[in-house]
Amino acid sequence: MVMQKTFHGYRRENGRVGVRNHVIVLPVDDLSNAASEAVANNVKGVLAIPHPYGRLQFGADLELHFRTLIGAGSNPNVAAVVVIGIEEGWTKRVVDGIAKTGKPVTGFGIELHGDHDTIMRASKVARAYLQSASETQREECSLEELWVSCKCGESDTTSGCGANPTVGDAFDKLYAAGSTLVFGETTELTGGEQIVAARCRDDKVRKDFMRVFDRYQEVINRHKTSDLSDSQPTKGNIAGGLTTIEEKALGNIQKIGKKCLIDGVLDKAETPTGSGLWFMDSSSAAAEMVTLCAAAGFVVHFFPTGQGNVIGNPILPVIKICANPRTVRTMSEHIDVDTSGLLQREITMDQAGDKLLDMMFRTANGRLTAAEALGHREFVLTRLYESA
Amino acid sequence: MTGDLKSKREFEEIPMIHCVLHDPGDSVAVVVAEGVKAGQTLTALILDENRTITIPCVQDIPLGHKVALKDMKIGDTVIKYGVDMGKVVAPIKTGQHAHVHNIKTKRW
Repeated sequence: MVMQKTFHGYRRENGRVGVRNHVIVLPVDDLSNAASEAVANNVKGVLAIPHPYGRLQFGADLELHFRTLIGAGSNPNVAAVVVIGIEEGWTKRVVDGIAKTGKPVTGFGIELHGDHDTIMRASKVARAYLQSASETQREECSLEELWVSCKCGESDTTSGCGANPTVGDAFDKLYAAGSTLVFGETTELTGGEQIVAARCRDDKVRKDFMRVFDRYQEVINRHKTSDLSDSQPTKGNIAGGLTTIEEKALGNIQKIGKKCLIDGVLDKAETPTGSGLWFMDSSSAAAEMVTLCAAAGFVVHFFPTGQGNVIGNPILPVIKICANPRTVRTMSEHIDVDTSGLLQREITMDQAGDKLLDMMFRTANGRLTAAEALGHREFVLTRLYESA
Repeated sequence: MTGDLKSKREFEEIPMIHCVLHDPGDSVAVVVAEGVKAGQTLTALILDENRTITIPCVQDIPLGHKVALKDMKIGDTVIKYGVDMGKVVAPIKTGQHAHVHNIKTKRW
């Protein structure tokens, strides 16, 4: 199959291209969730993104909080943003960060006004943003403008021989087409870290990768219990036949294909500075990692699963790929791309990769993913340590 | 009759795959069919070479779980994807179920 080269996306003020046209109401902190959800209730089609954090964080943990919120608001899948915080200082910081993209953004502090007055004023702005966004037209965009992230979840042994190499085949093809790609899950490379290191473009990237890998191992070693409390591999992984973290990791890294090189290492929620394949230091928890990808500016996500993780994200369309014939049968409403035929030689890896790319183009052009249709909007902020 | 022969030949060319392995040197294979039972002879696909081999199965093995391709003793390294995926902690015979009861991580 000759690969399609273009899709129809939304070109934003800063030149980046999105595949969705959301107007979001972004709370700065847990206290502002209620007002944000009230605004989304007043203005149909506006999306509130509630989360449980944002108070008394400090240092690197607070910086990550701001980077994630500003990144989510800056994502090209978002047309405009209403920011609501309990007070005006941190609210302004998030507004100013998002405003650098040139997109419409307004902030509201609740103190001295109360919820009712804040909700009324914010609803008026949200309505104007929504109506303006609804007139934005899609235009033809090239694959060089598409940013695609990947992370797998509730993996089993079929992930490593079916769903993950399907993503790998698609990544090899997108890499050659000049797209911007990312993978992460630092601890889930344990046992395969030397294979990843060997795929780094040069010694500097390799050194950066091993530094973040070794740091995460120290975190695990400091807090670990016997067998990591059934968290790595998870109960679901073990039920699905995965025995050790090494086996899980070796399956995991099938997602980076056979040809593409790792061009750079990103901190959590950090935006890449060029095209190619990036490694993001991140948790392996699905919603945390996908949220960090959304904050880094990725607009489509590939999510291979074995046992059937049902995750979605409010900003980033999550495409599910599965090669487990039982999961495809029992959880069909969650699966966008069925590649179980790989395990019976009914399709080749090249065909499986093309099948995923076909779904990627359809999703980028506007088709709702299974997770979007089912209302999965998991937005989960990564915390680095306790609040003050 | 001709039709029967044709369908039989096609069946022989593409047998049902019961399990897959990545590298011919792997010591375990992944069961990819439901209902694999003790006493069956399993068709195993070597993914990296796109050819099949047959192996005995001596225990019922669920979809997604692994079957041992060789006898292994305590302390042996288990090979999958052609590399180290952990160590044997209880003896394993060819055709047996290989999982958390007889294999553990070497990390953490």
